[in-house]
Amino acid sequence: MFSFIVSRILQALPVMFVVSLISFAMFAYVGDPVAIMLGQDFTEAQRVALVRDLGLDEPFFVQFAKFVGNAMQGEFGLSYRLSRPVAELIAERAPATLELAFSAALISLAVGVPMGIYTGLFRHSWLSRFLLTFSLVGVSLPTFLIGILLILVFSVWLGWLPSFGRGDVVRIGWWSSGFFTVSGLKAMILPAITLGLLQLTLIMRLVRSEMMEVLRTDYIKFARARGLPNRAIYFGHALKNTLVPVITIAGLQLGSIIAFAIVTETVFQWPGMGLLFIQSVGAADIPVMAAYLMLIAVVFVTINLIVDLLYYAVDPRLRTGRGAGH
Amino acid sequence: MSLLQVKNLRVEFPTRRGTLVALDDVSFEIAPGEVLGVVGESGAGKSMTGAAIIGLLEPPGRIASGEILLEGRRIDNLPYEKMRRIRGREIGTIFQDPLTTLNPLYTIGRQLVETITTHLPVGPGEAREKAIGWLELVGIPAARERIDSYPHEFSGGMRQRVVIALALCAEPKLIVADEPTTALDVSIQAQVIAMLKTLAREKGTAMMLVTHDMGVIAETADRVAVMYAGRISEIGPVRQLVRHARHPYSQGLMGSIPPLDRRVERLQQIDGAMPRLSAIPRGCAFNPRCPRVFDRCLVERPELMDAGTTRASCWLYAEGAPA
Repeated sequence: MFSFIVSRILQALPVMFVVSLISFAMFAYVGDPVAIMLGQDFTEAQRVALVRDLGLDEPFFVQFAKFVGNAMQGEFGLSYRLSRPVAELIAERAPATLELAFSAALISLAVGVPMGIYTGLFRHSWLSRFLLTFSLVGVSLPTFLIGILLILVFSVWLGWLPSFGRGDVVRIGWWSSGFFTVSGLKAMILPAITLGLLQLTLIMRLVRSEMMEVLRTDYIKFARARGLPNRAIYFGHALKNTLVPVITIAGLQLGSIIAFAIVTETVFQWPGMGLLFIQSVGAADIPVMAAYLMLIAVVFVTINLIVDLLYYAVDPRLRTGRGAGH
Repeated sequence: MSLLQVKNLRVEFPTRRGTLVALDDVSFEIAPGEVLGVVGESGAGKSMTGAAIIGLLEPPGRIASGEILLEGRRIDNLPYEKMRRIRGREIGTIFQDPLTTLNPLYTIGRQLVETITTHLPVGPGEAREKAIGWLELVGIPAARERIDSYPHEFSGGMRQRVVIALALCAEPKLIVADEPTTALDVSIQAQVIAMLKTLAREKGTAMMLVTHDMGVIAETADRVAVMYAGRISEIGPVRQLVRHARHPYSQGLMGSIPPLDRRVERLQQIDGAMPRLSAIPRGCAFNPRCPRVFDRCLVERPELMDAGTTRASCWLYAEGAPA
């Protein structure tokens, strides 16, 4: 198990290297931070001094090597736009994004899995048909549109929930949490639904198709022939066998929820990393953008590792050691 | 009294292009402790009969008419929950492929214990002891150590033994064994069949043994039913049916078994193939392939009738048949 984790981390290193190279290279050409930082009036001397200050006069690979070297020590430099350490900015914004992503993932699993089971078991019921139609809406409507519609209904017309921001937060050490105040929770609802809706429908459809697949297997027929109650067949035998692919997808979804919180955060002016990233793109704030992309890569790699470990927990056939004879 | 009575069972599959009759007018009985072998080509309705008895026909298949009685009680029209309590407890089932009938994610012990506690009034601890006992009975070596193993840690033959333990562990009165050895290596088949036969005899369990292996039938069954195109074409005691089959189809089947005691140049074979369910010929379903067909076979469908030592659905044994 330990060697498995180590090997997975070693495999992750080239991935991280390529991501950092791509993100850095991309940002080297997306805009001119110097022009933005200097504003309208500047002298040539000022410009040259700033370029040298930022190290932008050095060759690309030297810049990249410095960036990687610093990044390994958790040092991502100063934001061009805000003149504050990038690590500090991200640490400040991370709780908002992580709490939002966690809530969205929780909603999509807690609602998507039961809906998937239901529609898989009762394929022809009216509710199943309704849920499937509804899920098509969830898949096909773009996130920002859903967010705006929710704001329109629940904030503008009904006035029940705030349309932007995070509400009041409670500080726990460096972490700021919106889970402990009424306004924080109320502010969480709309963005979390917006962000989780697509995943919810995907998970529902996945669980449904897996459930239908598993219900056709011989071991389910045999479980029926053994006279087990339906509850044990559906939730004991069938559900567990649908979990492996669901874990994979849910894991990848969690990564993309964090990564693609950008749109939702923009719509709801949610003070998270996504909003920070969008603002940084506008200002060509390369250190922030590069650090953000690196962080997303780390999140994906970590989630994949956890997913692989969960497989081992769920499926005994993957546990090595004792082999199968035939 | 018979343990199981199947009376005029008819199973239909409604399809877009009309109703297919998968089983037509199937009647037979199984006495307590008796082994009834059911043979026939693929698609003859052997497995379908087993599925109908345990009430697990694949939709849209349904029992259109007829009755199934277990110890005199009708079981074909029971609500799902009542029938569930009969499955496993009164009628055990063995499926064909042991590689797919066990849930790969649970230990065999868990699967045994859940079956036992579902049907018998015992606690988990006692159920576990019973489970170990059953594993020993079906011949799993070191059962106490192996009970917490997963299915993939067993070979195919061992897995089929586990499946048999699962079918027997709530001590049903009847076992429906659907090709229990077909998926196994030939060398293992005999062992598993012998074990199944011994256990059934010891426990007094009756068995409906579906197979297309005539050797297994000859060795195991007390009586044999031969099925063809969804009907029983002949039924009778195993010795008479194997040695002196009456129906031309059964004669053909028996003729295709290579005898060991004498030399034969060619094995007899039955020309043609069984008709599809959508195109069963008028009269006797076997008439296009029958070597002894005559005019009545093309018009009228024969019922089971006395044919000397067995009962056969063949006009040759009716009055006025050509000699």
